[in-house]
Amino acid sequence: MSSETQQILTTDGIPLEVSLKKVERRNKFKAFLLVAPLLLFLLIVYISPIIGMLFNSVDDRMVTNALPKTFIAMEKWDGKELPSEEVFEAFYIDFQKLIEEEKEGKLSTQLNYEKNGFKSIIKKLRRKSKSFEEGNYKEQIMGVHERWADVEYWRAIKRRAPSYSYSKYLKGVDMYQNEEGKFVQVEEDRRIYKKLWVRTLKIAFFVTLFCFLMAYPIAHLLATLPMKYSNLLMICVLLPFWTSLLVRTASWMILLQQQGVVNDFLVWTGLVADDKRLVMMYNETGTYIAMTQILLPFMVLPLYSVMKTISPSLVRAGKSLGGTPFITFWKVYFPLTIPGIGAGSLLVFILAIGYYITPELVGGASGTLISNMIAYHMKSTLDWSFASAMGLMLLAGVLAIYWIYNKLVGIDNIKLG
Amino acid sequence: MGLPKYTEPHYRIWHYVYLFICGCVFFFLIAPLFVIFPLSFNAEEFLVITDGMKRLDPDAFSLRWYKDMVYGTKNPWGLAAKNSFFIAIFATIGAVILGTVAALGLSSRYMPYKGIIMATLISPMIVPLIISGVAIFFFMAKAGLAATHTGIVLAHIILGTPFVVITVTATLSGFDHSVTRAAASLGSNPVNTFIKITLPLILPGVISGALFAFVTSFDEVVIVLFLAGLDNTTIPVQMWTGLREQLSPTILSVATCLILLSTLVLVAAELLRRRSERIRGIRR
Repeated sequence: MSSETQQILTTDGIPLEVSLKKVERRNKFKAFLLVAPLLLFLLIVYISPIIGMLFNSVDDRMVTNALPKTFIAMEKWDGKELPSEEVFEAFYIDFQKLIEEEKEGKLSTQLNYEKNGFKSIIKKLRRKSKSFEEGNYKEQIMGVHERWADVEYWRAIKRRAPSYSYSKYLKGVDMYQNEEGKFVQVEEDRRIYKKLWVRTLKIAFFVTLFCFLMAYPIAHLLATLPMKYSNLLMICVLLPFWTSLLVRTASWMILLQQQGVVNDFLVWTGLVADDKRLVMMYNETGTYIAMTQILLPFMVLPLYSVMKTISPSLVRAGKSLGGTPFITFWKVYFPLTIPGIGAGSLLVFILAIGYYITPELVGGASGTLISNMIAYHMKSTLDWSFASAMGLMLLAGVLAIYWIYNKLVGIDNIKLG
Repeated sequence: MGLPKYTEPHYRIWHYVYLFICGCVFFFLIAPLFVIFPLSFNAEEFLVITDGMKRLDPDAFSLRWYKDMVYGTKNPWGLAAKNSFFIAIFATIGAVILGTVAALGLSSRYMPYKGIIMATLISPMIVPLIISGVAIFFFMAKAGLAATHTGIVLAHIILGTPFVVITVTATLSGFDHSVTRAAASLGSNPVNTFIKITLPLILPGVISGALFAFVTSFDEVVIVLFLAGLDNTTIPVQMWTGLREQLSPTILSVATCLILLSTLVLVAAELLRRRSERIRGIRR
């Protein structure tokens, strides 16, 4: 503002600009105050535990806590030759304590992750250590099994010394860090997680594709039919949308089982012989079929809401200018529906990639996804830090897609129902 | 949808092919739900359509599985239903209050960092349930709320709020703010204005958000599986156990009841949507 113009003052004598800014600040604060309760609630109960998972996933204190004295003694060991008697003695004392607490099984599982072959030698050590005499533990431990005299195994223990490690992330992509600190892939027949990631992406991609191929025609029909028909047909989309996921999965289980309705029908029509009923459940096929039907409404609704806004006169204009129906569709109508396709596809893909319930029930061994593996490690193996690491890797992928979605579609444009 | 008389034959054929494809997709969407009804009235213990049912023999149908659902021995469904309704109702109340208040703030044009805050508030809807489940489980276990109703209600409030935020901000986007200014100029305080003016106008959005929150909580199984003890079992958890262990027809009776419930919710949601559009003056 130039110095010539006089500053406008309010009745209180404060410059108007300052006064307005103050009011705006107050309004900002008021608006923020309204959002604050929910934001705070989410931060405490939801966001912070997710960030906590980050610590869980690198938390490797199990071995560190199990062998405290050993690791202190190992600090001086350079790792080139076999450790000294001091280390062996510390290891023996730690190990006796573990046996008292009945925790040596856990240790052997953990060390076996690091190097194969620990399980049997720890079992053997447990049996033999009862009759150990005092002193010269190095000789006695090495006498239990030849692997105890192998420096590789002691190096493997030393590698587990730090309380924090990213080994779980490496394990999540079938890799590990070898003795020289290089990243290497695990043996061919032990690679399971990479396959699972690929399968998850593949299933999510194809489910999205199938949903798109099925949703496009019906969304178009719903958007172009007169109201009274389209409302009726809309029920076919909305009723499954509102129905319990488990109910829908249950109905697919009934339909797809070997004595189920679909197989009955195929046998009745003679397409399939009675003794060669198709196996459509507890495999990948089941996952594909059920997930496509369950996620279909999430594709139809965004497509429909975009198609509804496209004026029919555009297509008529295209035709009147000499375009055949196919050309007009491809050149005029289809490009206008791309925002809907993007919104629907991203939504379905995000939902599909993290699906758990349906694959678990109808997927069997070949149709399960990464979520099922996370649940398995949470509930069965209790390797929570690995479950956290896998979960965070999945989350990173989902958030990346979410970010793209937000850029392309805008999060406030999500349509519900 | 009739075709004009001058349509060329191959386009006419294509049009019928298109209608046929649409018919198949609608069938694919809706038919699986209807297979549940006849089987839930099965007199036999198998989950197949028996020969008697195909002949429409009245003896092949019975209500025994509905009786089993209500009166069955060591019946888990009663407790599950009670828990489900309890949890869903309180989760809905919590989600509606937190979500509506937040939506009011988000719709204000003074709201700072709107994009990132909105993205955070919606995130529970986007993050895969299994991850939310793991994270919430860790929190509740530390807070000593695992295997309590409170823990599950809190978890379901998290899942329900995004829906309320979305529906209420959508309603508020067509909201004419001059009415609240008019109320203020007539001497009404903000709370009074909210209760008397704003709330009635955004009510359809609030209720449809509440419906979403209710259904989400009522249908949610992943997080409850992590959090629930024996006393907190809900209908979806019972169904989950049943579907994994033995597929008994009682599950189908429950499923039938759930489909009827979702039909009611669908009708309610549809009526609300229309009312909301009428209030906001959107006409199609």
